[in-house]
Amino acid sequence: MAKPLRLSIGGMNCAGCVATVETALRAVPGVTDATVNFAEHTASVAGSASAENLVAAVKAAGYEAAELRGAGDEAQKEAAEMVHYRRLLRKTAVAGIVGVPLLVAGPLGWLPALSTPAGQLFWLAVGAATLFVMAYSGGHFFKGAWKAFWIHNANMDTLVALGTGAAWTYSIAVAAFPRMVPVLAQHAYFEAAAIIIALINLGSALEMRARGKTSEAIKRLIGLQPKTARVIRDGRETDVPIEEVGLQETLRVRPGEKIAVDGIVIDGHSTVDESMLTGEPLPVKKEAGNEVVGGTLNKSGTFLFQATRIGKDTALAHIIEMVRQAQNSKPAIGRLADQISSVFVPGVLIIAVITFLVWFNIGPNPVLGYALVATMTVLIIACPCALGLATPISIMVGVGKAAEYGILIRKGDALQQAGRLTTVVLDKTGTVTAGRPTVTSLLAAPDWDEMQLLQLAASIEAGSEHPLAEAVMAAASARGISTLELSGFEAIPGRGVRAVVTGGAVQTQSAGGPAPARTTGQLLLGNEALMRSYGIDLGSFTGKVAALAARAETPMYLAVDGVIAGIVAVSDPVKPDSQDAIARLHATGLKVVMLTGDNKITADAVARQVGVDEVIADVLPADKAHQIELLQARGEVVGMIGDGINDAPALARADVGFAIGTGTDVAIESADVTLIRGSLHGVADAIGISKATVRNIKQNLFGSFVYNLLGIPIAAGALFPLFHLLLNPIIAGGAMAMSSFTVVSNANRLRWYASGERRP
Amino acid sequence: MNALAVDSVGVVVAGLIVWWFWLSKPDAQRAREGAPIDILVADGVYTPARIEVPAGRPLTLRFTRKDPSPCAEKVVFEGLNITRDLPLDKPLDVVIVPDHPGEYTFTCQMKMYRGTLVVRSGQ
Repeated sequence: MAKPLRLSIGGMNCAGCVATVETALRAVPGVTDATVNFAEHTASVAGSASAENLVAAVKAAGYEAAELRGAGDEAQKEAAEMVHYRRLLRKTAVAGIVGVPLLVAGPLGWLPALSTPAGQLFWLAVGAATLFVMAYSGGHFFKGAWKAFWIHNANMDTLVALGTGAAWTYSIAVAAFPRMVPVLAQHAYFEAAAIIIALINLGSALEMRARGKTSEAIKRLIGLQPKTARVIRDGRETDVPIEEVGLQETLRVRPGEKIAVDGIVIDGHSTVDESMLTGEPLPVKKEAGNEVVGGTLNKSGTFLFQATRIGKDTALAHIIEMVRQAQNSKPAIGRLADQISSVFVPGVLIIAVITFLVWFNIGPNPVLGYALVATMTVLIIACPCALGLATPISIMVGVGKAAEYGILIRKGDALQQAGRLTTVVLDKTGTVTAGRPTVTSLLAAPDWDEMQLLQLAASIEAGSEHPLAEAVMAAASARGISTLELSGFEAIPGRGVRAVVTGGAVQTQSAGGPAPARTTGQLLLGNEALMRSYGIDLGSFTGKVAALAARAETPMYLAVDGVIAGIVAVSDPVKPDSQDAIARLHATGLKVVMLTGDNKITADAVARQVGVDEVIADVLPADKAHQIELLQARGEVVGMIGDGINDAPALARADVGFAIGTGTDVAIESADVTLIRGSLHGVADAIGISKATVRNIKQNLFGSFVYNLLGIPIAAGALFPLFHLLLNPIIAGGAMAMSSFTVVSNANRLRWYASGERRP
Repeated sequence: MNALAVDSVGVVVAGLIVWWFWLSKPDAQRAREGAPIDILVADGVYTPARIEVPAGRPLTLRFTRKDPSPCAEKVVFEGLNITRDLPLDKPLDVVIVPDHPGEYTFTCQMKMYRGTLVVRSGQ
């Protein structure tokens, strides 16, 4: 029976809500019982329903819900792994105690011959000791092989069990009935069975250790989260484990403490170091109404905040989950290995049978001894695990490394594609530039002044969320300008907006001066194309615009009742590191294109500042994806870098879509890669890490293919006709044990990856 | 020893390997309406390893991992794009809605643990 799931329930104001939530939960298929604790705002649900379904049911009933997770999952996992690791080492030691003395004494001639009664007794005793080793140290191979056999599966256990089992069976038969085989074939292979089991256990232990390091990135992310939080319940402050923080609970954060979950500041103020999310080294000011993010570090002040997202819904939990998911995905390059490993073990069994028959029919004397050694060596040397691990283990380390650089890779294919890019297309606003434009020039026509111009522009932009609109609103607010009442608001995509003034007090520049009688009229605010489509004469403004654009200022024309009233020019400063980042992209041989809806002159001015190769300007939002297609039609492999919302179609169209995030919006669906730190350096880092990861996968795949392709024929005796060389099964066991470890260790090299001078 | 007899045995064994591991399949466990299917992850095998389900209906596979080795840690559903980390000694539900009939393998990362989800149409 599964443990009951616990949910935190938000929005319950009265005891009546308890019944509503319980009813909603009990209606979910698979739920056998549901109890809501009103005091704790939690629910305990028994049955087989998934947490996702339960949360959805509570939300559908009008409440908030999130799963409360048990504490210490990671610690428990590590403890269990440590127990298993020690067990493997114990098994290695026991097998080694029996195998190593035999291995040393044999070649020195210290062991009795099988042909004497004393020798026979000695070897039977050794056989019994080896049987104990096989049961204690190798029992799991035999059990696994047996169980796999009955479900028509063959795996590594099958190979080890058959190899060592054949060695022991032959040896014990020879020890019991030496005269059954020719004198030359009277040899026991107990040491081989024991040493092979010791080596394979040792290999598993080493691999386990190395594997622990592959998930360091995730552990570091999990480590960002504090273990406890200080909640205020019934007016009292209590430290509780973070898993027990409920939705809408009030939490206190003191100086130097980490913020436990996501929420909104309700009292107090402070500065918070959000560098783990944004890469921004300067602490950010927080006061009532501001959002705070779990895992970030409170610096100077104390404040209270209300939890809005807990458990697996926090931004940090989303990042961890996304990294986990990506670590589990696999690029196309690994699929051949998957296909081979699915038929590998039965294939090796058939090769082993053929090897036995060939040696038995045409091998030298003693044929049975040679046939057995060669067959056993084939079974032991074959390593399907290295083949199966080659790709996923490198992906795990590579994706984790990327996360350390603030790069979230959504799927393995993106890694492979990122290394093949020939062109990167950068959206201008918010990607190359800061995306926080400010009003830099106001050019009023005769009869108008700058205040009026700004007031009308601000009025029409008041409802818009466009970055340019924010700049106008900020400028108006800084000058204390109020907005007018408008009606008939209409956005004209890629061109601007239209509306009609219906009321409000018009402000003028000269304080106390008479307001012009312009309280109504049709307003148009937008680019030159908008003005031309309404047949508005731009007059002398055409010349002025060129000068503005040359300074990378974007002009917005304002027309009132079909007559131009002036220009509001907005400039979006280039991010300080854009030029360096683009130089890095050039250095890797990539062509850099800038795509923008701005006019060509403004775009060229930005392009000159940062050094891009090509500018595609005056592109409507809907046409961005088409521009990517045109580049792809020219044979380019295109990476698109944009903000993830306006650029979603272009990001999806590109071979690799990179969304520049702003810290918390990590789940950008349209992008293959999310750069949470908002810097273009992330693109160069992502491409660098991708190339290193794909190179690492290729090394692993090449190594494991070559290992098996060469190892199996050599084990079968391919070198014997020419050099009289037949591989010792113990060496085969050692090679097999090291092959998986080598693959994991090679993947671990990615942990030392450094992106040029940059550090995560 | 009679070489012909040994060769014959060898050929038969090779044939049996082909038949048992590639051509023949274990009995499938059929999913019961609405009930989760418990899958034990231990000793190198998923038990049951072959599960038959109707297409288009949500299915809960409840994995309980008893094998502490890292090999058993992940379950990967190749054709369904699902990968989950399996906690030790705790059940983990994987909810799947298999829309298209066909055979979907689920494996560990190394492909040593193997299972098959047989999705049948018209049930």
